[in-house]
Amino acid sequence: MSHKVIVPIGPYHPLQEEPEFFQLYVDGERVVDIDIIIGYNHRGIEQLAETKHFDQVAFLVERICGICSSSHPYAYVLAVEDILGGEREVVPERALYIRTIIDELQRLHSHLLWLGLAGHFIGYNTVWMWAWKYREPVLDCFEMITGNRQNYAMFKIGGVRRDIKDEDIPVLKKALDELVPAIEMFRGAVMDDPVIKMRLKEAGTLTKQQAIDWCVVGPTARASGINIDIRRDEPYGVTDRVNWSVIIENDGDVFAKTIVRILEMNESVHIIRQCLEKMPKGEIDADIKDIPPGEGIGRVEAPRGECFHYIRSDGTNRPVRLKIRAPSFMNVASDKVAAVGGTISDAALTLAAVDPCYCCTERLAVIDKPSNKKIMNGWDLVKLSQEKTEKLKQGLSDTGK
Amino acid sequence: MDIKDKIRERLGAKIINWQENSPRRIYFEVKKEDIFETAKFLFKDLGLRFSIASGMENPASLEILYHFSNDNTGEFYSVRVHIEDKKNPAIDSITPIFVGAEWIEREIWEMLGINFVGHPNLKRLLLAEDWPEGNYPLRHNHES
Repeated sequence: MSHKVIVPIGPYHPLQEEPEFFQLYVDGERVVDIDIIIGYNHRGIEQLAETKHFDQVAFLVERICGICSSSHPYAYVLAVEDILGGEREVVPERALYIRTIIDELQRLHSHLLWLGLAGHFIGYNTVWMWAWKYREPVLDCFEMITGNRQNYAMFKIGGVRRDIKDEDIPVLKKALDELVPAIEMFRGAVMDDPVIKMRLKEAGTLTKQQAIDWCVVGPTARASGINIDIRRDEPYGVTDRVNWSVIIENDGDVFAKTIVRILEMNESVHIIRQCLEKMPKGEIDADIKDIPPGEGIGRVEAPRGECFHYIRSDGTNRPVRLKIRAPSFMNVASDKVAAVGGTISDAALTLAAVDPCYCCTERLAVIDKPSNKKIMNGWDLVKLSQEKTEKLKQGLSDTGK
Repeated sequence: MDIKDKIRERLGAKIINWQENSPRRIYFEVKKEDIFETAKFLFKDLGLRFSIASGMENPASLEILYHFSNDNTGEFYSVRVHIEDKKNPAIDSITPIFVGAEWIEREIWEMLGINFVGHPNLKRLLLAEDWPEGNYPLRHNHES
C-alpha cells in the first residue's frame, strides 16, 4: 500500500474573511483527494439580519467580506429595491452612476490584491510588491470618495450615501490613467514570461463540464469558457449604458484565471471613465421610508462572481428572511476537482486561484498520517511552490532559452 | 419557443402557481414530490444554471426556493416548494443530478432540519460538531 499523507490547510487567521480548512490526501507528489471543511467563521448573519431594520441590514451585510465591501450591500439593496419595483424605478440617475463607479473600483482593488498574492505563491515577490503598490492609489480613491479604504457604507436603499464631488473627479481620472500602464505591464509579465506561463499553465484545471456541474461563478467560470457576467446578463447600476466586454478564456487553468482577472481590470477602468463622463447632476437618494410586503432578489457581479441576496418582507420594518450566497460558496467547493490529480507544489496556487482568502494558506501544514507528525507547515508549502518556479527558471536558462 | 413556455409545456399541471413579479423574476410552485424532476429538467434539459436554494420557516410549513438563472436572458426562475410536515420534513435531494447543490442542501439540513433523501454526503457544513442535535438555528423555536 502506498504511503498516504494528509495535508491539513487552515482554518484560522484573524485577517481572513473566510476561514476554510482544506485537508489534502497526498500520495507521493500527487493530491489524491481533498476534504473541504468550512464554517469556522459562521457568524449567523442571516439570522441576525432578521433582528435589524432594513437600513441597518445594509451595514451588517457590508461586514460579511472585507474585500468585496460593496458587493454584499449592493446585492442587498437591489433585493429590497426589487420589492419596490426595481433599481431603475426608485434610484436617482446620478446614484446609479456612483454605484457602478464604486463597484468597479472595488473590482480593481480586489483583482490587484489577488494578483499580488498569486505572484507571491509562485515565488515572484516583485509581482506581489508591485501589484499592491498599484492597489494603494485605488484605496486612496475610496478614502477620498467614501471616507474609508474598506467598508464604504455607500449603499442605502434608494440611493447612495455620499456624492462624488466635482473636485474628486480629476483625482480619480489621474489615478486611472496611472493604473492603465501598470495593468499593461502585468499583462505582459504574465503572458510573456516563460516561467510564469509554465508554472500556471495546466495547473488546477477546471473543465467546462466540471464548471457547469459545480455551478461555479465569476472569473472561475469565465476562465473555463462559461459566458456569464451578471453585469451584462442582468444589468444593474449603469452597466448596460457603457461599453465594455466580458472576458472569456477556455483553458480553465490558473493561467486562464489570471488572464481573465488582468483583462477585467482594463474593462473596469474603461467603465469608470465612461461613468465619469456621462454622470448627470442631481439627487443621489430617493429617501425610501417603508418597504411593502413581498420578496425580492438582488444579484451583483462581485470580483469573485455572482453575489446573491434573497429577501422577504412582511410589511414591518424588519426582513422576515434574508438569504445570502457569496460567490466563494460555489467556487471553493469546486477545488475538490481542480486540486485532485495535481501536484502538492501546485496545491497552494490552485486553492488560491478561485480567489478565496489567502491567509488560510499561511496555515498550511503537512501531517504524516501514521505518526500524526507534522512534517511541513504552511510556509514550507509556499516555499515548495516557490522552489518549483526556481527549478523551472534554472531549467530554462540551462537550455539557453 | 422561449424557456418560460418550455417550462409550462413540460411541467403542465405540476405547476401549482406561476407568478411573474417582473420580466426577470419568475416564481413558480411545485409539489415537493416533483422537485427532482423539475430540477433535472431545468438544469439538464434547459441548461439553466443553479444559483442557490434558500430555505425558511413559515407558520404552516417549511419552504424552499430553488433559484435557477438563465444567463442568456437574465431571467431568474425560483421554484417554490412547501413541506407541510414540520416534525419530520423531508424532500428528495437534487445533488445526484448536479454536484453543485451538495453544500447548500447540507446547509439547509443543519439550519432548518430538512432531510434531503438521497444526498450522498449529508453532514454538517457550517455548524460546529458539538452543536446540539435537533436544534435548528433558523427555526423560530430554536434555543440560542
